[in-house]
Amino acid sequence: MGTEKSQAAGAPATKRQFRIWRGDETGGDLKEYLVEVKEGEVVLDIIHRLQSTEAPDLACRWNCKAGKCGSCSVEINGKPKLACMTRMSTFTADETISVTPLRTFPIVRDLVTDVSFNYEKARETPAFAPPPGVTPGDYRMQQVDVERSQEFRKCIECFLCQTVCHVIRDHEENKPAFAGPRYFIRAAELDMHPLDARDDRKEYAQAEQGLGYCNITKCCTEVCPEHIKITDNGIIPMKERVVDRKYDPLVWLGNKIFRRGQVPQTSVTSEHSPGAVRTPAAGPPGFHSHAGASHDPEAEAQAQAGVNWHREVPKPTAPTLDETGKLPLTELTFDRPAAPSPFGEDVSFPLPPEHLNYAHPEQDKH
Amino acid sequence: MTTTTRIERHHYDVVVIGAGGAGLRAAIEARLAGKKTAIISKSLFGKAHTVMAEGGAAAAMGNVNSRDSWQVHFRDTMRGGKFLNNFRMAELHAKESPQRIWELETYGALFDRTKDGRISQRNFGGHEYPRLAHVGDRTGLELIRTLQQKIVSLQQEDRREHGSYDARIRVFAETTITELLLDGDRVAGAFGYYRESGEFILFEAPAVVLATGGVGRSYKVTSNSWEYTGDGHALALRAGATLINMEFLQFHPTGMVWPPSVKGILVTESVRGDGGILKNSEGKRFMFDYVPDVFRKQYADSAAEADRWYEDPDNNRRPPELLPRDEVARAINSEVKAGRGTPAGGVYLDIASRLPAEEIRRRLPSMYHQFKELADVDITREPMEVGPTCHYVMGGVEVDPDSGAALGHVRGLFAAGEVSGGMHGSNRLGGNSLSDLLVFGKRAGGHAASYADGLASRPRVPVPAVETAVETALAPLQRDTGESPYVLQQDLQAVMGDLVGIIRREGELVDALARLGELRERVAKVSAAGGRRYNPGWHLALDLRNMLVVSECTAKAALERRESRGGHTREDHPTMDPAWRRVNQVCSLEGDIVHLDRKPLPRMRPELFALFDRAELAKYLTDEELAEFDALTEEER
Repeated sequence: MGTEKSQAAGAPATKRQFRIWRGDETGGDLKEYLVEVKEGEVVLDIIHRLQSTEAPDLACRWNCKAGKCGSCSVEINGKPKLACMTRMSTFTADETISVTPLRTFPIVRDLVTDVSFNYEKARETPAFAPPPGVTPGDYRMQQVDVERSQEFRKCIECFLCQTVCHVIRDHEENKPAFAGPRYFIRAAELDMHPLDARDDRKEYAQAEQGLGYCNITKCCTEVCPEHIKITDNGIIPMKERVVDRKYDPLVWLGNKIFRRGQVPQTSVTSEHSPGAVRTPAAGPPGFHSHAGASHDPEAEAQAQAGVNWHREVPKPTAPTLDETGKLPLTELTFDRPAAPSPFGEDVSFPLPPEHLNYAHPEQDKH
Repeated sequence: MTTTTRIERHHYDVVVIGAGGAGLRAAIEARLAGKKTAIISKSLFGKAHTVMAEGGAAAAMGNVNSRDSWQVHFRDTMRGGKFLNNFRMAELHAKESPQRIWELETYGALFDRTKDGRISQRNFGGHEYPRLAHVGDRTGLELIRTLQQKIVSLQQEDRREHGSYDARIRVFAETTITELLLDGDRVAGAFGYYRESGEFILFEAPAVVLATGGVGRSYKVTSNSWEYTGDGHALALRAGATLINMEFLQFHPTGMVWPPSVKGILVTESVRGDGGILKNSEGKRFMFDYVPDVFRKQYADSAAEADRWYEDPDNNRRPPELLPRDEVARAINSEVKAGRGTPAGGVYLDIASRLPAEEIRRRLPSMYHQFKELADVDITREPMEVGPTCHYVMGGVEVDPDSGAALGHVRGLFAAGEVSGGMHGSNRLGGNSLSDLLVFGKRAGGHAASYADGLASRPRVPVPAVETAVETALAPLQRDTGESPYVLQQDLQAVMGDLVGIIRREGELVDALARLGELRERVAKVSAAGGRRYNPGWHLALDLRNMLVVSECTAKAALERRESRGGHTREDHPTMDPAWRRVNQVCSLEGDIVHLDRKPLPRMRPELFALFDRAELAKYLTDEELAEFDALTEEER
């Protein structure tokens, strides 16, 4: 009675190919499953079907199955997603769907990872400080003022932003010093809270949470199932006033490159790092000038020795500062979808080779 | 054989089982009272089912309509519960919920505001005035996050003072309690397992607060998460406590019925509060045909008046879409049964034709977002297909209204939130559960702390009970001849959904009890494949016996109550019977068998009776009670 048998009479079952990671901290691999899929289902439905049929011990977290609790975070075809919000109709009929655990956190079993990193960072973030002298019931705030923080309080703590963040995704060594996007917006939320009694949220984020590691690649915003503008509305305003030119690695980097002609070394060790300016740019075929194609024999000779002392280095144009003397980093008020370049408005990367004032003495030998 | 099993032991003053709103509020209170407190959460910290509450938290703060007061809230609550509520709980709830809400602001909560900067309050079914403090349509999430962050802030205090975050309050995430341990009739501790590792854990504690939520996973169509397996109900029964009102289950009238992936998920009542209307497949706005006599005075009888109410609530009566939930659920059920339903077996909920798209997105952002993402349905363009879904159990642990202490033959056991019974009577008003969590969570936590203080000696955990608990927990893994827990759960859900659902009949209930009896034997032999490490099949196998015993309570009580009231509708006894209003049905466990008793309701105090019109009371009370009421009012004159 009532038990829904999977093979209903008549209706041909659509079978789809899944590859699901099975294993634990000692290792594991992708297992192939051919599973029945019905109209209107999501990936979590398929995982449940597997559990009730051929893989009863398949481990997967879930709770609300409505995109509200943030439990069923996994990586689907390599992209961090909520399994309950990934509709099967978004895949092509012959597509194999791979489901793997969050890469940034240690494996517990199958699709379940140990996300305690996030709870540790939560505990390190200073809590709301109630305004002294205001009794319960006397809190007065305007809607427009609470809305800024409310955006961040939509967070369902699915930790997709944490798992996608390249600062820690493949860099275990950055974890102790880096709280991650989830906790940057927690700090931002408290910073923008109309009645929070602490006024050092930004400084704290910079000094203790590792905000400076973030170089605004916006991956976190991209994966947020609540569509919180983590970068634009949270992280950038937090960087905005706290950082002076000494503090912010981007600004610091600009100084190093243009003032002292050194190759930057930041503690951020990912591919997205601005260290990418080191990428050698290919010169025109058949001709290679060490002196930036100046055709000046002296300059060329010096360049051959390694350094072109006479080449005019374009002077960096500092980005426009606002009336408070700071970078107008908020994208809402800026004319392009990213922070202004601390290297100057007229510099684009990768730098053309003639703008480099350093050439390796032995580069022609290769 | 299992004496060598490793068991991690902990000592606490108060153990709170459940980390939803009630559990976290109880834990905060116990910790503030200086007790060493443990919070046990079946899921990760902050994932509780409370996040699903959308509408808001009811509290008579009077921010939007200054005529609101605790008396009006009390009256609405009793009315909603069809006078079966424990009046004292309804009274405490109405009086204390404003303070509990304001307190949340001191923890950092950010509710939506009125123009003068106070907490905004919205209209909701069954509430006379705008009363629900809310944050868009994600109030439950705000509540959980706020309480979670308050606990973190207490842990930070403890770290400054004692050097460790966990010094006085610790969260045991992804941990399930399978058994309460007793020393005589006193609670001595709780036994369970870590879901991640499958390792066992034993808490020695003189006071336990149950805050485990509801039982909805026993139903096929439910808005409840996997955790809602009636653990607290079953733990209480096995420890000698009693359950009341188990026949009353709330079916939320508007759950999604299409597409199947989101079947059961709620469409918040605010959709109706903000102008959404219900239509059948013929396009008729049918709710006007279903206003019961007791509600005629408050509800509009024409579309014109109903539509004026949204703008001018003082001079018009409310739209019938805002009738209490059971009435709306029954109306939808009748329309579908009469063949006027949608292809998927629901009715249409239409907001698209009522408000501009921009306004819908502004007022109901998560609803819009949820439907778009989960179902690819744009609620600003097309109507939703909705129908009743199992949502909330009014029944639960019978408690002392002031302290939340469980009655029956056990001391040191407390309950708060959905797992406790009495507060909501036969039907809960929307918005009353979030405030219930806070009011009674605080009370249970505080009283658990003072109970622990007042003990001359700490109860001791008996060793044989622990050994039995270990054996029971490991049994499904050691059997390989039994059925799969998933099959058993599906069968249980079919029995409850088909035979003990929204509309009940004697023959079906008798049939249900017989089938539950068969299931009991099959569940006793369930086997789970795999090992102990994060094995959902094993976890379900252990939850099944809780689901089963709670389902038996519901079926038995539903068979016995020969009337229809609130969340209990008997097709063969379709009206309310004033004689039944005076009766609570009390479930207890004798050995393995659910035993049902009748117990008179506590008598409401005269000054509370005086808050109601005689004409209204006449619909609920027996002639005898009415005579008493008349005598009282006579005296006053």
